[in-house]
Amino acid sequence: MAEFTLPKNSKVTEGKEWPKPEGATDLKAFKIYRWSPDSGENPRVDTYHIDLDDCGPMVLDALIKIKNEVDSTLTFRRSCREGVCGSCAMNIDGTNTLACTKYINDAKGYVRIYPLPHQSVIKDLVPDQTHFFAQYRQIEPWLKTDSQAPERERLQSPEDRAKIDGLWECVLCACCSTSCPSYWWNEDRYLGPAILLQAYRWLADTRDEAAGDRLDQLEDPFRLYRCHTIMNCTRTCPKHLNPAKAIAEIKKMMVERGV
Amino acid sequence: MSILHRITGVGLAVGTLLLVWWLIAVATGPTAFDTVQSFIGSIVGRILLLAWTFALYYHLCNGIRHLVWDSGRGFEISTANASGWLVVVASVVLTVISWVSGYTVLGGV
Repeated sequence: MAEFTLPKNSKVTEGKEWPKPEGATDLKAFKIYRWSPDSGENPRVDTYHIDLDDCGPMVLDALIKIKNEVDSTLTFRRSCREGVCGSCAMNIDGTNTLACTKYINDAKGYVRIYPLPHQSVIKDLVPDQTHFFAQYRQIEPWLKTDSQAPERERLQSPEDRAKIDGLWECVLCACCSTSCPSYWWNEDRYLGPAILLQAYRWLADTRDEAAGDRLDQLEDPFRLYRCHTIMNCTRTCPKHLNPAKAIAEIKKMMVERGV
Repeated sequence: MSILHRITGVGLAVGTLLLVWWLIAVATGPTAFDTVQSFIGSIVGRILLLAWTFALYYHLCNGIRHLVWDSGRGFEISTANASGWLVVVASVVLTVISWVSGYTVLGGV
């Protein structure tokens, strides 16, 4: 059953204000969500001050600087720092995006940083994505064929290869799925935009021979059809992909195979 | 925008009850019909009717927008924004046209 209010132990409180660096002229404040499973306390929002003259331009640069120089307990995921791994997805200034490709100066005033919405928090900015990746496993994201394997690679013309442009670039950061009200509501049964875009990536691949089985797996009132074209997914995607369109293409394939 | 589609959908379902009430009253007889007419003709009744007209047109126009989406078109953010505003403007214009022509036929308020 849907809950409309936060449980008591999830109410966010005002946290600590960390000291300003001395002699800084270009200060920027960061208000960051903090929660530790070990403390037994409610989540809080801590304020940190960073000297922008002594920091890289991206939000991730600031987070790393805070962890290195101010507060080593701040916990977040990061790896590639250039938008190809999808680890540092979080909610910055009200929008899900990658901290490594988001400019600090895009935020007017202070920068608000929260974990991805509607996910269980493991610690601070780290959400539990077990279910998300289990759903990815469910669409069997690999090339499936019945025909005899050729001597070398399965070749594809440049035109056929172009059919998966705008799909293969997805890094599974989960920004789109966690911005989707349908996914917030029914994440147990609805696959969500990220996983459906991935599903379409295999449906659109001309080398794959299991389109029928894949569509059978998606033909369900919840898995695919909880998408109501709200478009939050496409608006938020840090890679500028279009999950809403990919889902529409799957729905079209469903109709086309029926006629 | 999306949530307004659902709200107007619910509103239309409730509004249809009003229509059913009116039809039942027609079948029942002149006294019942007069009661319903006086309610619908009152200020509250007219405001409800105005809201219902807007809901009808909004849901209709946005429904057409969804049909276009179902054909795989109009998914760029700029196009989706434009079509959203088009739906709002079209439903307001259609509502105004309906009410102005309704009052014109009646010959005044």
